[in-house]
Amino acid sequence: MAEKALSGVKVLEYAQFVAGPYCAKLLADLGAEVIKIEEPQTGDEARGRGPFSNDIPHSECSGLFLYANTNKLGITLNPGASDGKRLFLELVKGADILIEDRPPGEMKRLGLDYETLKATNPRLIVTSIAPFGQTGPYADYKTYHLNSYLGSMLGSLLALDGREPVKAGGVAGEYVCGVSSAAATLAALYAQGLSGRGQHLDLSKQEMLISVGRVVAVLSAFDHQQQNPGQSSVRQCQDGWSIVMVGVEERQWLGLVELMGNPEWARDERLRDMNYLAEHRDEIERRVSEWSPEHTRDEIYHRGQALGSPTAPVLTPEEVVNSEQLAARGFFADIEHPRAGRIKYPTAPYRFSRTPWAAERPAPLLGQHNEEIYCGRLGYTREELVRLKETGAI
Amino acid sequence: MSEGPLEGVRIADFTWAWAGAHAIGLLAMMGAEAIKIESRKRLDHARVTSITTGEKFTEPDKSWVFNNINLNKLSVTLNLTQPKAVELAKRIVEVSDVVAQNMRPGVMDRLGLGYEALREIKPDIIYLSSSAEGATGPHGNYTGYASNFAAIGGLSCITGYPDGLPGDFRGEIDIISATTSTFAILAALNHRQRTGQGQHIDFSSSESVSVLMGDVLLDYTMNNRAEHRQGNRDSFMAPHNCYRCKGEDKWISIAIANDREWQAFCEAMGNPDWAKDRRFSGGLSRHQHQAELDGLIETWTINHTHREAMEILQKAGVAAVPSFTSADLIPDPHLRERGFWLDVEHPVIGNTVVSAPPWKLSETPIEVRRHAPLIGEHNHYVFGELLGLSSAQIARLEEESVIY
Repeated sequence: MAEKALSGVKVLEYAQFVAGPYCAKLLADLGAEVIKIEEPQTGDEARGRGPFSNDIPHSECSGLFLYANTNKLGITLNPGASDGKRLFLELVKGADILIEDRPPGEMKRLGLDYETLKATNPRLIVTSIAPFGQTGPYADYKTYHLNSYLGSMLGSLLALDGREPVKAGGVAGEYVCGVSSAAATLAALYAQGLSGRGQHLDLSKQEMLISVGRVVAVLSAFDHQQQNPGQSSVRQCQDGWSIVMVGVEERQWLGLVELMGNPEWARDERLRDMNYLAEHRDEIERRVSEWSPEHTRDEIYHRGQALGSPTAPVLTPEEVVNSEQLAARGFFADIEHPRAGRIKYPTAPYRFSRTPWAAERPAPLLGQHNEEIYCGRLGYTREELVRLKETGAI
Repeated sequence: MSEGPLEGVRIADFTWAWAGAHAIGLLAMMGAEAIKIESRKRLDHARVTSITTGEKFTEPDKSWVFNNINLNKLSVTLNLTQPKAVELAKRIVEVSDVVAQNMRPGVMDRLGLGYEALREIKPDIIYLSSSAEGATGPHGNYTGYASNFAAIGGLSCITGYPDGLPGDFRGEIDIISATTSTFAILAALNHRQRTGQGQHIDFSSSESVSVLMGDVLLDYTMNNRAEHRQGNRDSFMAPHNCYRCKGEDKWISIAIANDREWQAFCEAMGNPDWAKDRRFSGGLSRHQHQAELDGLIETWTINHTHREAMEILQKAGVAAVPSFTSADLIPDPHLRERGFWLDVEHPVIGNTVVSAPPWKLSETPIEVRRHAPLIGEHNHYVFGELLGLSSAQIARLEEESVIY
């Protein structure tokens, strides 16, 4: 078995939907042992959301859940039930990291606030992910992906022609919060490796999302009007849409001129000066948008790139899945799941030369590893396990 | 005082623009000493212009955009077309833990600064190569900016109005790519901490977009269904949209997941008669009739400012948040209380406002400690103190345009 970047790292996840689970998945995919805690009976709310395999709603067949929970072990636990808190703290004892996304204050109500966890395990890193963080006037406010995305200003960047602001497709912003949280968690893990001590991370989805718009976010402080600069680089083509960019570097401009077949208007030598070009941008943008519909995406993409113009096709999900480039890079991997079957999954955007990404196991069934963890790790007998089930703890 | 979780880590930073540069910017906020290796011969384009804001900067030290992306870093100038400059760059690598670069695949190899060359002189080096579509495959040498990554990654296609263009993302996609690169480098740093081993990371910015829509891609791999853009609508929840509020271009997002939230929402609006319509009585039925529903909801939101609507609805437990803009967020009381906006004094630009790092760590704070470097600001510290060159040697290399 290949060496893993995070082997030996033990993670406890008490989170739902996407941001928290995806944060833990990123660690699991690189070799950390992640134990995912779900509510008995119901489980992670993502289980109730599609897309479902073969379009048949089933709590073990949600594509959202399957994707965000690869490589994890799954147990059920209700920390609010009698014995539940004790079991949670026993799990915490053996963990390096706890990732949780409960509404601020709930962990305290459960008797599992950071101070208690720290007293149980001083090495523990607690990553708390919440819509607006743990403090401040909006700390108790509720959000779904739509609200988080628009509440961080990013929706206004996608608004066109005075119409309503719009979110990124799917639940992209939730995944962004997941990877951002994972980066902060690994920084804390590095510090733990040096000092032996853990700490508490207070992460706000709003702040993580504003941060990806960090330049535009401060425009109003610089007396700029917030605006979408220039025209869109998305152009209509014969068979769909392409990105054709104007005016970043001179050599790219020259490549685009050649791609367009050296039209008379573009031969003006003064346009080689990017400042001069910027002054005439509207006119040039219009000309490029008049040219592109006569050409195919592939022609613009491959010829453009060969000529030094940074062009790209707008790919549909189907085209992403069938991309030759992604196939050559092994970006998709088949993972077999006992209920959902064999499915092709996206893997990761990084190729580590020594510690490759690997799919060791599919997302867990609800409570799949209860016996392995409670009996195998914590030393409970099967009889005790039955009793814990009866009391509703697991 | 703690210098941050990555205190003691040093990075030889050959990145430029945004996606690569801010990956190292984030590590610098975490306390790593990031030495940006750049040149006046080919300026980092963030020092010259911004695609995202449409600005041009007259001097390399006047770009507030460069400042925003490269906080906490140090800068040296090396003209890498000169062999002596490459030798100096290698000496920086010898005393570094991480190398990062986002030039077109192959360029660093030709300069003698590829992974294989550098691991000869620093066997445990962690080396990030970031590019548009990765360093391998038929498009391994293709280039692009944020719009390209979003388009090739698949997110543009599924973003935007159903009757409109694919979504045109800009800088936000670069910073997402940067954050993902930061994660990858940190995984490698943790691995090295335990094993002493370095490695190479081949990073694709376009793939860093595709992974943000794993569920959408699975809908295709499982069901052969390719999702189309659907504005603010959701496949399961309704109402789920952005509604016009009182004032010019003011909006609030509202998302309702279940009957309990729907009841709370109706009560918070004062139980208008239209809400009692049987078509709106169950989740599935609300989803089917959401177009009518959206119009009716707007008759309520239009009479409230976006902040009023947020307060009324959140008090009732409804997920409602304005579509904020920069002008809303800078004075926002919540962000103010959390200390999210920072004033950073820049020697040329003056006072600049930047966002704080998005991570609050209780023991090893992640912080903005200084403005982005002026070009070549740390030549004497790095070449003199770190590498041990004399002032005379440095002056000579400057005359030869090696340090340039």
